[in-house]
Amino acid sequence: MRALLLRDLRLAFRAGGGFGLGLAFFLLVAVLVPLGVGPEGSTLARIAPGILWVGALLACLLSLDRIFALDFEDGSLDLLATAPIPLEAVVAVKAAAHWLVTGLALTLAAPVLGVLLNLPGQGHVWLVASLAAGTPALSVIGAFGAALVVGVKRGGLLLSLLVLPLYVPTLVFGAEVVRRGAMGQDVATPLLLLAGITAGAWAALPFAAAAALRVNLR
Amino acid sequence: MEFSVSDLACARGGLTVLEGVAFTLAPGAALILRGANGIGKTTLLRTLAGLQPAVAGRISLPPESLVYSAHADGLKAVLTVQENLSFWAAVHGGADVARALVAMNLEALADRRAAHLSAGQKRRLGLARLLVTGRRVWLLDEPTVSLDVASVALFAGVVRAHLAAGGSAVMATHIDLGLAEADVLDLTPFRARTPVSASGFDEAFG
Repeated sequence: MRALLLRDLRLAFRAGGGFGLGLAFFLLVAVLVPLGVGPEGSTLARIAPGILWVGALLACLLSLDRIFALDFEDGSLDLLATAPIPLEAVVAVKAAAHWLVTGLALTLAAPVLGVLLNLPGQGHVWLVASLAAGTPALSVIGAFGAALVVGVKRGGLLLSLLVLPLYVPTLVFGAEVVRRGAMGQDVATPLLLLAGITAGAWAALPFAAAAALRVNLR
Repeated sequence: MEFSVSDLACARGGLTVLEGVAFTLAPGAALILRGANGIGKTTLLRTLAGLQPAVAGRISLPPESLVYSAHADGLKAVLTVQENLSFWAAVHGGADVARALVAMNLEALADRRAAHLSAGQKRRLGLARLLVTGRRVWLLDEPTVSLDVASVALFAGVVRAHLAAGGSAVMATHIDLGLAEADVLDLTPFRARTPVSASGFDEAFG
């Protein structure tokens, strides 16, 4: 399993691996929104939590179809399915690799981009906390969606449509944590709900995704 | 342990293509599958490998003792030969990568990226994977595609060494590997007479 994680990370960081794609998209959103909305600090501060979360979510979505499609195309998914690692673990490891490459990178970059959007100082801590708690759910939900559409040529559109509704709760609670944090209110409830979504998704979806993969590999 | 298959039926795309397939394979023996295109050689191998469920019948060995080599080699273009092989060795419990590289005549290419290999070299790397899995029964789907004469002989030698060590192999191939001791199983008599839907469900929704 460690070998699979290392391989996926190595592939992501090599040329054409997709690392930086999500990050660049996130950066573009954070740079372009102030230009589009205008320079009023109060407006930006009000929309910053939502924009940052939407940007992180879409950046995550961008690289989802790579999770299984590339391995399916070159035949390694068949070989992984017959390897001694359970398919559920393959899904979990690949989702973890996706999170390390996109979710974690977004989380670490977010405070810098928060400044661009005039996010109040006290909100930055909660921005990082909410992304750290919420983006793992985005990766594993996305891995489930990618498992459903594996084998579909150019399944990116279908994948987006399948996954977006499942992303809504994470987005709602994630942005709520940042909004409340920026206004100095209590963030415990949305943050706990967000962490609950992540924990629940990680507990259930690797099994669902493995079942979907088995059907698609037939 | 003997590998036996009895009364096996397998389906592709919702249609049963083979039925009543039966064979026994002792340790150290090889079986060559023959039959026209579309007869179901790949389907049979995928069923044996556990990638798809059998419609009927029994396979005596668990999928854990089998290794499947498909048309696609499962190589990552941006990884080197060594890295590709080390990955599969690690997944299967860390076998000797250097020995597999030597066996398939790849040691000079160890640091080249898979993207820069020729089709035959990629195939040799895909076949070297079999050696690092340490599994006893090899399921080979057209293993000699794009190999030159020397490489076919090299691979035949590798298969023979595997058989001599107590392993066994089931392979679908159209060319003669020169394995005189291998049994040949012609799949034509096992063609499903009336192709019927494998299950009550429409496969498009299954």
